[in-house]
Formats: sequence, structure tokens, C-alpha cells
Amino acid sequence: MSSDILLEAENLVKTFGTVRAVDGLNLQVRAGEMVGLVGPDGAGKTTAIRLLCGLLQADSGRINLGGYEIPAQVEKAREELGYLAQRFSLYGDLTVKENLDFFGEVFDVPDAERKQRSEELLRFAGLEEFANRPASALSGGMQKKLGLASALVHHPKVLLLDEPTGAVDPIARQEFWHLLIRLLRDGSAVLVSTPYMDEAMRFNRVIFMNHGKALIQGAPRELMGRLTGKILELATTHQMAAREIAAQDPDVEDVHTFGEHLHLRIRSLEGPMQRIPQRLADAGITMAHLIPVSPTLEDVFIQLLEMESDSNGV
Amino acid sequence: MASDIIPLEVSGLTKQFGSFTAVDNVSFTVQPGEVIGYLGPNGSGKTTTIRMLCGLLTPTYGTAKIMGIDVVKNPEGIKPHIGYMSQKFSLYDDLTVQENLEFYAGVYGIPEKEEKDRIQAVIKMAGLDGRQNQFTSQLSGGWRQRLALGSAMLHRPPLLFLDEPTSGVDPVARREFWDLIYQFAAQGTTVFITTHYMDEAEHCNRVGFMYRSKLMAFDSPRALKDTYLHGAAWDLAATPLLEAVERLSEMEGIAQASLHGDRAHVIIDTTVWTPDQLTRALAEKGVAVTATETVDSTLEDVFILLAHRGKDSLAQA
Repeated sequence: MSSDILLEAENLVKTFGTVRAVDGLNLQVRAGEMVGLVGPDGAGKTTAIRLLCGLLQADSGRINLGGYEIPAQVEKAREELGYLAQRFSLYGDLTVKENLDFFGEVFDVPDAERKQRSEELLRFAGLEEFANRPASALSGGMQKKLGLASALVHHPKVLLLDEPTGAVDPIARQEFWHLLIRLLRDGSAVLVSTPYMDEAMRFNRVIFMNHGKALIQGAPRELMGRLTGKILELATTHQMAAREIAAQDPDVEDVHTFGEHLHLRIRSLEGPMQRIPQRLADAGITMAHLIPVSPTLEDVFIQLLEMESDSNGV
Repeated sequence: MASDIIPLEVSGLTKQFGSFTAVDNVSFTVQPGEVIGYLGPNGSGKTTTIRMLCGLLTPTYGTAKIMGIDVVKNPEGIKPHIGYMSQKFSLYDDLTVQENLEFYAGVYGIPEKEEKDRIQAVIKMAGLDGRQNQFTSQLSGGWRQRLALGSAMLHRPPLLFLDEPTSGVDPVARREFWDLIYQFAAQGTTVFITTHYMDEAEHCNRVGFMYRSKLMAFDSPRALKDTYLHGAAWDLAATPLLEAVERLSEMEGIAQASLHGDRAHVIIDTTVWTPDQLTRALAEKGVAVTATETVDSTLEDVFILLAHRGKDSLAQA
């Protein structure tokens, strides 16, 4: 394992009965790197994270976290690991500060350091003015920040965060991402799972998961490059009729409604750019424009899902 | 279904719970066939608004009219005109697809002689043909979602309220769901939808944004971006990148700085900064900028900016 790789998994497999919840997953996260496990509910993200922190045992495969093998050296590995579960527990009747002190005790932070560490983390999470508020009286976004702070009491180098932005509004989400950036600057390795496609842009690298498998891994820009020039936006006066016409073009793979426009995923540019305006004109439909637009990561993910279901013969 | 009656007209709508104002003087008008995205942080008043519009909560002040009918004076009268689909899809797991639809046909008082046709039409619309006898519990998220939508459409209401309908469904199902929404809209149904997905809001005809009980903005996505951002979204290639994001977020004239893959994404006041000036200012802080690119701004950019402004103006008040 090269020195700056802090988390590595090779060929992880976990089955529940006949379901292959995680099916041959490989991943690496380096110091200062934030990697996203992105996929819909049921893709295997949570199972993968539980395997990586040693809460579940894999059927096969290898995990190394901070230089320690899991499950063999799980106790040592946990000293390097901060984990935020999707539904994490805070003590609602304890104050924000008391929660941090409590987690400091759980993680064996020495008495002499504990107070200082709690104060550092209060500042870090921007919760100083709420230090004496019961955790139950915090907003959802603040609870997430306190959850993250609680996972950091023992200075872990590797962070595993399971859907930390779920049910959190965009503003609280933005604040949460900012905290993560500060951890990355300090050299942490962070793995985050999310079902939100629009969050995938925020990671250094993205792993798209479906049915327990990684469909693809790469930097967001690199992944979007797969579809550069392959998404056309079509605006017309008769959207429903235009949709039918576009869908019949042999080089159009997929048509979707995006508000007042249609988005077409195409195999090649020239054919559709010539044929579609002609066919629309023949049908008496006025076309406002047909232009290539930037692909989104969701476009890429959907294309991969369709390729996957084609190859499975579904 | 198409008609010229204004489907939804809201004027000065206010709800107070004790000393807390949950919805503060909200006004807007929705045209037939519009798809409206209604956004805002948790606790900003979205759900309270929808509940008042459906006649489930009485406003403290203000009025709302649905298809010209006053919601406060005649809460029963609006029921045939609205469909409602909640976040948790109220479906009965121990009933089949067919039985769920029969149940809702009863709830909505659909005449018995029409029931069969209506259910058939909904099954076809939702692509549930062949699944009539499956138990709802066996359906995947996407199918459940379409069944819930179908149930809310059985009585053919001209106005649909959808409360976070796409939570937890996969991206393909999500796109198919939006295709259905736009089919309804093309046929004249008006759709009012709350969502946390900013990329979904981009597809709406108009978008309302609630923050701390107030409606901060209500306009088309394009107009919102033009009004609030003036195309001032930049991506910077910079090293060290994380240092750049942190420095940028502390600088004047920058409303927001975040990490976008291998770039730093900023919403920037272009009257304060040119790319060259920004590059020089960062160089003084030890950050090297190698490229600055103007990029499409997103609604998320707009909303984070609006929320920052909302916070500031409330702090000053």
C-alpha cells in the first residue's frame, strides 16, 4: 500500500441470502482526497461502508484502513477511523458540549485533552453559541454537524460518512461541505455516500454504484467527458409531438423532458442535427433551437445503468 | 381538463402558531398547466403552506383560491379539484395495485360505473399493466411512486400537489416520473411540487423559494439566475485547491466558494473582481490560479445566495 493511501478495499463481496449487496467492489482513498459513493437507494452504499468500518464482515475481499487489516486488526483500525452512520445517535437530553465530552470518553481521549478537544470541535463545527443547548433542540443541519464533530474527537485520519447530507437543506449542506474541505486540508481521507446525483460534482473522485457493483470510477470532469457532444437540447412549439419525432431518429438513444426543452442523448452529432430539423419542419413544428449542451453526471450515470441492463439482457 | 380558470391564487397568506409566524405574507398566482417547484430549507414553511392550500390548516391571515374557490370559506369545495401525493406515498402494502386504486376510487367518490375505466386509465398511464395483482409491498420505489401518483390522479384533478415525490427513487425512475409530470402539464394539469433536488427545480416553469417563513423569490429558473447571479459563476483551476476554496470563501465580493471536482466554484461579484485581479489576489495568498472559466450557474447557487441575503437582512432587522 503506497504511503498516502489511507483506505483500500479489494474485491469486496457481501451477500445476504441470495442478494449480492456488495459485489466485487474495489476502492482507494488517499490522504487529502474526498471520494463519493454515489447511487440510488439499495445500490449497496451503506453495506459497503459498514464493511469498511468492520461493522459487517465481508464474505471475501481485503480491506486496509490506515495501515491496518480489517477484520484482523479492527481495534487498531478504529483508532484511525471516524464513522458517521446514516442514523447516528446523539444524546438528546445532553447539551451539545456534553455530547462531545461523552464521545471523548467513549473514544478514550485522555482527561487532560478532552476539554480542549471539545472546544476545538465546537469552534470547528460553528456550534460555540449552541454549546449549552440540548442536542434534541438543534435543527437537522446542526445535528449533522454535531454528529460529524462527535466522530472526530479522537483525531481520525479516515472518515466514512453514510449519506451525511440526507434530509438536510441546501444551505446546511453547503456548510457541511465546507467542514469537510477543512478536514481534507489537514490530510484526512474522506469517503462519503450520497443518493444525490447533483452532489457528485463535489468529489475528487466518484464511484457510481448500482446493484452492489461499481459501474465506473473517475474524476467528475473525466466522467462527463464520456458524453461531451452527446447531449442535445431541443426547443419547439409542440413538445409532445417533437418528442415522438426525436425518439424515432436512429442515432437518438434516449429522450427526456427537461422543463420547456427536450434533452436527447445521441450516438453521433451529424445525423440528428440534419434529420431532426427536417422531420420537425415536415410535421409543421417550429423549432426554436437544437444545440449541444453540457452533459451532467446524471446523464453519465443513466447511460451506464442502461448499458448495464442491456448487458444483463433485462 | 384545460381551462382558463386560474388554478391557484394566493394572497397575503400567513400562519401564526402562538408567537411564531410559520408562513409570512405569501402571495403568488399560478397559471393553468404550469409546473411550479416550491423550495426552501427544512422548517422554512413549505409544508405549512401546502397544508393551508389543501384546506387542512386555516390561515391566520390572507386568502387562497383554488379554481376560483376560496379555500378558507369552502375547504370541502376544493377537494374534487386537487390531488395530493405525500412524501411517504400513502399506499397500503397488504393490498394489491388494483385494490389500492379501488380504495382511492372510493375515497375520491368516483361513481361506480366510471370506476373501472378510471382505474384502467391510471394503470396504463403509470405503466403498471400486468402488475395489477402484485402486492404494493413488492413494488420497487419507482413503481410505488407511479402508483401513488396514479392514485392522486384518479379523480382527474386540475391541480396536483406533490410533496417531495422523488425522495429515494433511482435516477432513471426519477426521469420517467418527470416525463409523466410534463405529460400531465401538457394536457393542462397544473403541478405544484416541493423538492430538495436542485437539479429537479431546474426543470420547473417557475420556482418559488421560501426562507424563514417568507417567499424570497418566485420566477423562472432563467430569470432567477439572470436577476441574482448575472452569470457570475466561475470555476477556477488552482493549486493548492483546498487552500484556494478556503481563501476564496473569506474574500470580499465572493458570495460562495465550494469544491467542484478538481475546480473551485465561486459565485462572485463581477463589479469587485476580474479574473486577473482575482488571480493576483490569490497569488499573494500563495495560491496559483491556472485557469478561470465562466460556467453555467445553477439554482443551488441562486438559493445559497438568497439564503445568505435573507440571513443578513434578518440579522439587521
